[in-house]
Amino acid sequence: MLEAKDLHKSYAGSPAVAGVSLQVTPGEIVGLLGPNGAGKTTTLSMICGLTTPDSGSVTVGGLPMGVGACPAKQRIGLVPQDLALYDDLPARMNLETFGALYGLDRATLRTRADQALELVGLSDRAGDKVSKFSGGMKRRLNIACALLHNPDIVLCDEPTVGVDPQSRNAIFDNLEALRAQGKAVLYTTHYMEEAERLCDRIVIMDHGRVIASDTLEGLYRMLPAAQSMTFELDGKADLDALLRIPGVKKAEQTNGTLTVGLDDLGDVAPAVVAALAAAGRRIQRVSSGRASLESLFLNLTGRELRD
Amino acid sequence: MNAFFALIRKDLRLYFTNRRALLVNLALPIVIAAFFGALFGGGGGNDKRKTVRIPVAVVDLDRSKISTALIKNLSSDAAFDIQSLTEPDAIDQVRRGKIRAAVVIPEKFGAQAPRALFGAGVKPQITVHFDPSQSMVMAMVKGMLAQHAMRAVTETAFSAEGATKVFGDFRAQVATSGDIGEARKRDLLTMFDSIERVQSRDDAPAGTAGTAGGKPTFDLPFSTRELEVAAGGERKYNSFSHSLAGMSVQFMLFLGIEFGVNLLLARRLGLWKRLRAAPLSRTTLLGATIAGGTLITAIMMTIIYLIGMLVFGLRIDGSVAGFFGVVVAFALFTATFGLLIASIGNTPEASRGIAVFATLILVMLGGAWVPSFVFPEWLQSATLAVPTRWAIDGLAAMTWRGLGIDAALAPMGVLLLFAAAFGAIALWRFKWEE
Repeated sequence: MLEAKDLHKSYAGSPAVAGVSLQVTPGEIVGLLGPNGAGKTTTLSMICGLTTPDSGSVTVGGLPMGVGACPAKQRIGLVPQDLALYDDLPARMNLETFGALYGLDRATLRTRADQALELVGLSDRAGDKVSKFSGGMKRRLNIACALLHNPDIVLCDEPTVGVDPQSRNAIFDNLEALRAQGKAVLYTTHYMEEAERLCDRIVIMDHGRVIASDTLEGLYRMLPAAQSMTFELDGKADLDALLRIPGVKKAEQTNGTLTVGLDDLGDVAPAVVAALAAAGRRIQRVSSGRASLESLFLNLTGRELRD
Repeated sequence: MNAFFALIRKDLRLYFTNRRALLVNLALPIVIAAFFGALFGGGGGNDKRKTVRIPVAVVDLDRSKISTALIKNLSSDAAFDIQSLTEPDAIDQVRRGKIRAAVVIPEKFGAQAPRALFGAGVKPQITVHFDPSQSMVMAMVKGMLAQHAMRAVTETAFSAEGATKVFGDFRAQVATSGDIGEARKRDLLTMFDSIERVQSRDDAPAGTAGTAGGKPTFDLPFSTRELEVAAGGERKYNSFSHSLAGMSVQFMLFLGIEFGVNLLLARRLGLWKRLRAAPLSRTTLLGATIAGGTLITAIMMTIIYLIGMLVFGLRIDGSVAGFFGVVVAFALFTATFGLLIASIGNTPEASRGIAVFATLILVMLGGAWVPSFVFPEWLQSATLAVPTRWAIDGLAAMTWRGLGIDAALAPMGVLLLFAAAFGAIALWRFKWEE
């Protein structure tokens, strides 16, 4: 549906995006994850025709994307990071104004506005000025305004910035509903939890480049250990014995706390527990955990994602 | 719905539903125009406008018949509010700005003035103390003083009593003069006799030209009839016409600044990004912005003039088509002015400050505050390069001057040229990509 190939963009000689490629297919939410300044917004701007790439190409359903009156734009709905709404106009008029930019007739505009308002749960506030809305309501309307022309692809640029958890969940529900309708969604965020919760595939960017791109499970597999177990022991464990167990990637002990990195918790955990028991160690406390995107980013770049 | 018209509809709705801004943009030009209109003469109509009388003090150090007549003449002049004061009080009042000038009639004025009238003896000197901030009043005081002094002096000089004394002195001077030949002496004495005979007759009908109470006087050899050259007919000049043209131009340019600042705000708020993400050309987006601004300005100008007509009795005495032609050309100029601000401005805050300054200069040079005919000649010529001058002159031509559509063509042409130039620069400089 959406294909970006080898996108490059520089500002004043400084590369903002260097060789980014990605694809989004119908019924899929793809997360574009990276710290601030990673090049996510520039990539998104090139994908939706706001910025001309220095090189590379973007196609939407086979149509080339460009700036100005480009037909490919008809198939894309952009949800900007900012609340791009006219505060002094009612919600419905905001929707109809933005819908009219795509050439919809009056009757279609009304129908689509009703549908969009219903999707984001604002049907009862259709006639109210946006200035009277809460931050979360504005965020939801911000999404709705991108949907009037029934785009095949929805591009969301950090759509949950500054919203409360309840509104964030409502936005996630909206996006999942769009996915269920077969829309392709490209979701830009620097919140790892959002990407983990929402996205079918995740593209991680740093310094204008894609450093990893896969499903969540696939990304975790890139880590030395996808999962971990932590034990509180009554003494020193035999780390060499533990590392000889198939599937154990890492074993470290600090004071009484032993951390073991595993490929798969279900397959390997019983063998680890058995090895500790065989060595005469008593387990006083045990917990398990999964690797995070934070640890993946740290592993890939040597930096924290939130840096 | 067509995207172009949807954008215009949005701009109109945004502007006209903001009641507070609308009220301010309508009320301010009308209120300030009313003030300036009242200042420059008030409204038209057939009622006699009340002239502001200039306060002038007179100090009579002579207290002669002639000085008394002079003060009486000055007091009867509608242009002056004459007050008799002592010299120190008069000067003090001028210094305090309470009166505009103080006229001091010197001692022996009554004796010296008639002789000086015929070139004999010392000319008495009337001193005029004036407020330097009111220098324009000085010329008026001198002019009126000359007229009234001439009248008072000639009345006395040519009265029977005055003439006898004056010509008695002249005869003595001529008879004893060694510079005048005998023949010339005879002619002069004959002339003095003739004048005295005329003065001694009291049968001349009162009120005939050149007489005062039956006595011959020197007076202005003409009278004036004042006719206003405005729209013609019985209609009077309405000074609100000028002030409303000036103020509507000024406040519509302020509106143009708001168009530009709103564009910059739209960019900051991400609205511009959303608009540009739609399949619209640059021409459609910027064209709709210009069209929306033009429409709003033209509607506002029309409403302001309608209120002016209802409240101040203004009329479009010239071509109605010409009036709307100037309004639309100016509205287009205003919209492109706004776009120019958006294209060269970086932030809304900084752009607003610079644009307000530029607007105030434009309207000042355009004659919005004071009519351009008050300007020095060089400035009158220089301001022909200022578009607001053409807008104000064009509106004046179509309203109180009552001129035809041909008089609107030049203002329209100049405004459209400026609009085209501003639009071209704006399109060239407009930061299109994020």
